[in-house]
Amino acid sequence: MCNQTVSLIAAELERSGISTVVIQLLREPAVKVRPPRSLLVPFRHGYPLDSPNAPELQHQVIEACLGMLESAELTAPALREYSASASG
Amino acid sequence: MADMNEFSLVVRLFLAAYPWRRIDPVPFSSLRKPLKDCRLALVSSAGLVAPGQKPFDEDFRGGDFSFREIPNDTDLSLLEEFHRSESFDHEGLKQDPNLVLPIDRVNELVTRGRIGSVNHRHLSFMGSITAPGRLIKESAPSAARVLTSDEVDVALLVPV
Repeated sequence: MCNQTVSLIAAELERSGISTVVIQLLREPAVKVRPPRSLLVPFRHGYPLDSPNAPELQHQVIEACLGMLESAELTAPALREYSASASG
Repeated sequence: MADMNEFSLVVRLFLAAYPWRRIDPVPFSSLRKPLKDCRLALVSSAGLVAPGQKPFDEDFRGGDFSFREIPNDTDLSLLEEFHRSESFDHEGLKQDPNLVLPIDRVNELVTRGRIGSVNHRHLSFMGSITAPGRLIKESAPSAARVLTSDEVDVALLVPV
């Protein structure tokens, strides 16, 4: 449910002019709910930013999100799969 | 990747029949200035509350759709978690709240010059909302008003 909840909030923020990226832990809600920008991460539930007490791993996920915001070629709904090597 | 097999059979059956809310049309707000000039806010669905704040109501039918404002200068070790779901491992976020509300990380991005600033407050929801009608009509618009009043440019949304 969390994936849907943050997606619905993201849509409202975008309607207000705020650019958003939603981290997604499951493909199905990302595809069916369709938030504007989704980063699908390969981590288990409860671990959206990879690992606890691992600042650089967490930074890699956040950087991938920021990269989506900067990608002028994206169109909504945009879904990108996270790749640690590509983001770092 | 996380997958449905992490859930119990009951939860999997529920999700298989669940009518996901489709966003249509999909709004899309392009970045209007470089990230180094943008103000960022976080939105987490981990059910975190700051000291003195009302806990999320785990008995609320359909899911507690309210949110809490988490100050950017809050001591992360003092946050309490009230996410009602038993379908995920809560241990990671107890070890490090940055895992679900990365306040330290985004403040480090300001130091690195990657973003312009971090908003003075972030928003915390309890994401286990099976009946999102009031989220859509009430609390999500309220959250948007909070962040637009703060002149936030970008938001990172983090589920659990």
